[in-house]
Formats: sequence, C-alpha cells, structure tokens
Amino acid sequence: MPITDHQEQKPVKLRARNLDFSYGDKKVLDGISMDIFAEQATAIIGPSGCGKSTFLKCFNRIHEVSSEVRVAGDLEIDGVDIFRGGIHEVELRRRVGMVFQKPNPFPKSIYENVVFGPKLFGVRDRDILDGIAEESLRKAALWDEVKDRLKESAMSMSGGQQQRLCIARALAVNPEVLLMDEPCSALDPIATAKIEELIFELKKEFTVLMVTHNMQQAARVSDYTAFFWLGRLIEMGPTERIFTNPRDRMTEDYISGRFG
Amino acid sequence: MNLMQKPRMRMKPQALARWTDRIMRCVLWVIAIGFIAVLLIFVGAILKQGWPVLNLGFFTKMPESLDAGGGIKPELFNSIYLVALSLAVSLPTGIGAGIYLAEYAGQGRVLRFFRLCIETLAGTPSIVLALFGMIVFVQTLGWSFSLRAGAMTLALLNIPVITRVTEMSLRSVPPDLKEASYGLGATKLQTILKVLLPYSATGILTGVVLAAGRAFGESAILVFTAGTNVSSRFPDFRLTAPGESLAVHLWYVTSDGTLPDAREIAAGTAAAMILVLLILNLGVRFIDYRIRKRTR
Ligand SMILES: Nc1ncnc2c1ncn2[C@@H]1O[C@H](COP(=O)(O)OP(=O)(O)O)[C@@H](O)[C@H]1O
Ligand SMILES: [Mg+2]
Repeated sequence: MPITDHQEQKPVKLRARNLDFSYGDKKVLDGISMDIFAEQATAIIGPSGCGKSTFLKCFNRIHEVSSEVRVAGDLEIDGVDIFRGGIHEVELRRRVGMVFQKPNPFPKSIYENVVFGPKLFGVRDRDILDGIAEESLRKAALWDEVKDRLKESAMSMSGGQQQRLCIARALAVNPEVLLMDEPCSALDPIATAKIEELIFELKKEFTVLMVTHNMQQAARVSDYTAFFWLGRLIEMGPTERIFTNPRDRMTEDYISGRFG
Repeated sequence: MNLMQKPRMRMKPQALARWTDRIMRCVLWVIAIGFIAVLLIFVGAILKQGWPVLNLGFFTKMPESLDAGGGIKPELFNSIYLVALSLAVSLPTGIGAGIYLAEYAGQGRVLRFFRLCIETLAGTPSIVLALFGMIVFVQTLGWSFSLRAGAMTLALLNIPVITRVTEMSLRSVPPDLKEASYGLGATKLQTILKVLLPYSATGILTGVVLAAGRAFGESAILVFTAGTNVSSRFPDFRLTAPGESLAVHLWYVTSDGTLPDAREIAAGTAAAMILVLLILNLGVRFIDYRIRKRTR
C-alpha cells in the first residue's frame, strides 16, 4: 500500500506500485508506491539525487530517449499500465506533458513554439492554430505580454517568460497531466511567484505532479506532498499535515532543515 | 619571522593575469593579421595577373587548342555543373549517413566497420580516388571520360565530409531541445526533421560549402574521370558529355604547351575560379545570415 493518509474524493490519475528503476546497473528508485489524484497538485520534495526527477520522468518515459534504463513494477494512467497496456510512448507524451527544470524553448518564434505540438499531430488550419496559440498563451498567463510580438524569437524573452512559454507549449497539446521538474529553480522571485500562481490555476483543470527544491513552494501550491529519500518514498500525505505533523522522523528532520 | 615581508620582484596575481591577457591578445592579433595578409597577397596576385584577360569574350568563347584568344565558356559551365551533379549524389547520401550515425546507429560491430569505411574514404588521397573512379566508372562501367564519371567520383570525395559534418552538427544540438520535442509527443523522425536538422542547418551548410569548394577546385580526380575535352555543343547537359573543368583546363594548358597564350589563359582561368569561389562564399554567408535571423 502507498504510504499516505488521503481522504480524497478525486479519482486516482497516476498510480505507481513497487516501482524499481535503474540507469544501467545503478539503482535509483526502490519500490515506490504512490497515488496521484486528478486535478490536484502533488509536490515531491527531498534532497538532491534522491530520484525525484527520475520518478517524474517515468510517467512520460522521456528518459528512454537518451539513457539505457531498466524498470520493474507497475505504473498506471487512468488504470491502464503505461508499459504493458498498449499505450504508445508518443501517445503517452501527448497525454502527459512535461515542463523541464531549465526553460528549453525551440530557437523559433514564440508562435512556432506554441503550435509545435498541434502541428505534429497534423493541425494545418491557420485559424485553428491561431486559436490554440492564444488559448494556450492565455492559460500560461503570457498572452498580454507577447500578443504583439508572436513572430519574434523565443530566445529574446526573459527566463521567466521562456518558462511560461514552455508551459504554454505543453498546454497546447491539451494534456491531462503536467509534470514539472523544479520549474522555478532557474528563475528570479518575481517570475517564480508568477509560475506558482499559474500552477494554482492549472491544477483546477490538470493533474499536476511537480518536483521542488523549495519547501515553502511545496507548502504554497501543492495539495499533497511526497518526501523522497535515497530512492524511496518515505512519506506522503496532504501537504498541510506533512508540514505540521509529519509521522516519520526523517520527514520531520528534512522539513525542519536538519539535513539535506 | 616577519610575515609582512614579501619576496621581491613578484607581480601581484591580477597584474600578472592582465599582462598574460595582453600578450596573448597581441600574439593572436599578429597571427590573424598574418593570415589575412597572406590571403590578400595571394588572391591579389592571382587577380592582378588574370585581370587583363578577364573580359566578356573570355567567358563567352570556346577554348582554342592551337591559336591564341580562346575562352573558357564550356569549362566554367562544366565546373559548376559537375559540382551540382556531385552534390545531387553526395548531399542525400552524406546527410542520410550522418543522420543514421548520430541518431539511429547503436554500438555494434557493423557500425564500427561502417565508421572505419567513412574514415578511410575521408583520408584517401584524391589521386587514388581518381584512379579508382577511372577503373570503376570509366572502364568497368564503360562510361568513358564523362560528366557522370567525374561527378560520381567527386561525390565519393565529398560524402565522408558531408557525413561527418552532419553527424557532428546533429550531436551538438542541446539535449534539452531533443527532450522538449519528444516531450511534446514528437516521433523520432519528426524530431529529426523539425528540430535537429533546422538547428544544425548552418553547421551542415558550412560543411557543404567546404565540400563544394573542394569539388570545384579538384583537378586530379577530374583529369582521370571527366577528361580534358569539352563538348562541341553548348550548353551540353548530357551526363555522357566530356567534362573538362576549369581546374583541369588550368592544368592542361600549362602542361600541354601548344597554346601560344597559355600563360594568359592560365592566369585568366585561375582568376575566374577565385571569383566563382568568392561569389559562392558570399552567397552562402547571405543564406546563412537569413537562416540565423529567422531562427535565433
Ligand atoms: N541519465 C542518467 N544516467 C545515469 N544516472 C543518472 C541519470 N540521471 C540521473 N542519474 C542518477 O540518478 C540519481 C537520481 O537522479 P535524479 O532523479 O535526477 O535526482 P533528483 O531529481 O532527486 O535530484 C542520481 O544519483 C543521478 O546521478
Ligand atoms: Mg532533479
């Protein structure tokens, strides 16, 4: 059973059961079992190198692009097994979008960045693409800042704008889940506040699973918090309970800053 | 002991750093200016000698074999046509092989062999390729000295260069851009076509220009495969036509010695080649500038 104490009415969107993960021979995740609820923001905290990013990336299998990996255990989306359930990884990545730690816009125009995904799936109609671009940029709280310069290069934007552009780009393919790997770690406090506000809005519509280094951030934006340590899930529960009344000694030490 | 006492004649670290910086900068400037000077003197000398010969007639007349006053019209055409034909073969092959090596190939034994082949081909002296081309295309396949034999052998010369530069350029694409593309649900092919190739376009273009320039100036290969004659028709697009190029013409008139004005023809031909290369490079710089402006 997952180590949690939820009394959630929402359905389980993503489920991990006894998930083991290795890069080659290096074991990184050890028997993780965890439920992630739809339309909630779940934050993963823990010291560097404990496997947070790896766990996140399992849900859209993005690490398989560049690394030799071994996975054992079950991962499900809406009750369907991600590895054996007949979901092609390309389809999976459409349903499970990802925002990376470092903003990584394409060296193309702002507009081309946003419509990159829809164009992949064969949307050609200019009006439809324009509509998707506007809607996605609005959802990412970027529209007002860029609506007059959509043809300009994305590389000319500030870091915070680039990260919101990456969020807009992910939203444009209309995903169900949004994975965010320390989305604010490269940003200044003002940009960070904007992204946090955004996550707060996004979780009304999407399932958000995020990694954060920053415990205040986890406390501010997430409904659930999971604490990882050395590739294991130590404790998971409603964010408020985790921060006020942790059950595990290690969780308590970590959130009170005694290690990590 | 007095700790405040410093050893004499010792520069402060910042001063030392500043001086090494200045000296290095001077050295690099001198080297750069030296290179530019050599190039200018060299190009200047060729253009100066060739300039009196370069009139409209020179570019629009057929060459003479015994009398003075011949032109280079068919050679100029053949040179450009040969480069274009060879690129038509070497671009798809080289870019395809580069994509394969960068994105699809694993680590197997077949692959090591494939790489070895490319490296060997890249290191083959052009005279060896010339003889190979003559034996295979001219004699065995019976193509005789023709544009197609020349173009195919030039393609062999260029395929390794284009393969390598494509592979390198693709490998230099930041991995986070690749992840971004896959993360949006792109397939491998889509990622290659829409992200990797556009990003590497300038790098690949640079390699292609180098390859084209080398093919344009190549003589040994073409002497043995495209021959030292030109067609009596103009323009002759047939692949079976004899295909003497500018570089071969330059070599031929100076070594044959039957032309009374061989020196002038050679000087004019050399200058014409330099001019074409200059135009080619400027054109490509312009295209490159446009690409960069559009993407960065
Ligand atoms: N592509 C990879 N290949 C091999 N080892 C990796 C790779 N990515 C991460 N690791 C290793 O896996 C462990 C967990 O990494 P990661 O999931 O990035 O941790 P976190 O995000 O919690 O800092 C680390 O020890 C890291 O060195
Ligand atoms: Mg990480």
